[in-house]
Amino acid sequence: MVNNDPKAPLLPERDKERNPVLECVGLGIDFGGLTAVDDFNITIGATEICGLIGPNGAGKTTVFNLLTKVYQPTRGSIYLDGKDTKHMNTVRANKAGIARTFQNIRLFKGLTVMENVLIGLHNEMDYRLGGALFRLPNYWKAERIARERALELLSIFDMQDFAEHKSGSLPYGSQRRLEIVRALATNPTLLLLDEPAAGMNPAETDDLMSNIKKIQETFQIAILLIEHDMSLVMGVCEGIAVLNYGKLIAKGTPAEIQNNPKVIEAYLGAGGGDDA
Amino acid sequence: MFFVSHLVNGLQLGSIYALVALGYTMVYGIIKLLNFAHGDFIMVGGYIALFSLSTTFFGLPPAVAVVLTIVGCMLLAVVVEKLAYRPLRNAPRISVLITAIGVSLLLQNLAQYFFGATPMNFPTHLLIPAGGITMGDVFVAYTPLITIIAALISMVILTYLVQRTKLGKAMRAVSEDTEAAQLMGINVNTIITFTFAVGAGLAGIGALLYGAGYPRIEHTLGVMLGLMAFVAAVVGGIGSIPGAMIGGFAIGLVEALVTALGFSEWRIGAVFLILIIVLMVRPTGIMGRSMMEKV
Repeated sequence: MVNNDPKAPLLPERDKERNPVLECVGLGIDFGGLTAVDDFNITIGATEICGLIGPNGAGKTTVFNLLTKVYQPTRGSIYLDGKDTKHMNTVRANKAGIARTFQNIRLFKGLTVMENVLIGLHNEMDYRLGGALFRLPNYWKAERIARERALELLSIFDMQDFAEHKSGSLPYGSQRRLEIVRALATNPTLLLLDEPAAGMNPAETDDLMSNIKKIQETFQIAILLIEHDMSLVMGVCEGIAVLNYGKLIAKGTPAEIQNNPKVIEAYLGAGGGDDA
Repeated sequence: MFFVSHLVNGLQLGSIYALVALGYTMVYGIIKLLNFAHGDFIMVGGYIALFSLSTTFFGLPPAVAVVLTIVGCMLLAVVVEKLAYRPLRNAPRISVLITAIGVSLLLQNLAQYFFGATPMNFPTHLLIPAGGITMGDVFVAYTPLITIIAALISMVILTYLVQRTKLGKAMRAVSEDTEAAQLMGINVNTIITFTFAVGAGLAGIGALLYGAGYPRIEHTLGVMLGLMAFVAAVVGGIGSIPGAMIGGFAIGLVEALVTALGFSEWRIGAVFLILIIVLMVRPTGIMGRSMMEKV
């Protein structure tokens, strides 16, 4: 069942003609003597929604940190839109099209909802300091366009009315949604969501699920998500990769993963498969 | 009348403290570094202003001297940040702190080496004309008046810069969560350089106003001035921009008040007494945010 051949990706039909947005080849990282991730291979189609699951401590968030260049890999390569990210730092990786949310929310809590989204739009705003100080027309234009764009993005989650609220004062679910909006503002081609449904009730999770699909359809981007809520993973993901002890143990469609004995063993322990 | 003239003195001194405190607080807010060399940026600014204005040296027009001083301070700060602090970006905070003290000593000793240990006279009236205005039966000299106005204008511009421009927003984002800001595509090094430059620009304005008000430039001038401004930043809440402004004026007014009451030799002691009280009662300062434990 182990499919470690990067040349045999499981892309959705519609992405077969296009280059994959992300390709990891033999990716690995050691922290001292501990191998956190090893021989990680994945290929994600241009508009695919892919899930990354695994028991706690399997290395899922480490993979995200590798993709966003928070960590530099010990082994292997990451190709973003075909470009090797070897010499990129986090800022360059973001500009190259990768954006993420965090497992424990990391909004700029003292800033307003609008300002958080504007931070995401930072590199899109085209004016310099002189323009701002002397209030040149291009400053007003860039600020106006950015604000309109921010409101548009906030409206995906019906959050435009909260634009001037402090982001730290929002309810938990809205903070999670704002993180997604802020990441989308950086205009990514690949959006990484780290446990987007954590702490959400079933109704909110359903909402989130339709919103993830909506984002993928509206922006035509790929989404890679880490999630423990299996109803969400099985509901939206087209492909799923399963990580255990830093190694990929399975890749496939939701149906294949649900019936994969290795996955069941990883989650429930050996011998537990029959009852699951 | 007696009261008003002391109030004006307090506001004049407070304006300068506030401008210098802003530099401390902005740099602390963004990289959690107490830049002890900040006071010495003012000393260097004082010398630049003195040499460019004084007729025995270059005798440049005041406007040119103002620009030279501000730009000179900014350049110095950017160079210090690049050469001394940037290589230590991932080092423990104590290493950077010690480096800052080292930079401070280096600047002081270089100044002593080049300009001597004898204090030099600042050509005050080449910068701000003598005389003043009479409001009712109170006479206010131009120097304190212009000092207060210039400081307030600088603060308004700074507030606008921080609140309304994308660089200001990026600054606040970096100070809240550097890593998350990087992941949103914010180039943190650019923002840090920018912060140092803005803080030092304010220090340059402070140097000009200090020279105009207290015309004695020497190589240790940054020590006490820097220390008082640092106290102002802590009292106001280090990391908070409005806090530095409030703290600066508060410390200036306290000094003036203690002097007015006839205890002028106690004025510095009074400032430190206030620091001790603030640290005991409200350790995060007047405008400081309460510390939250990171989970």
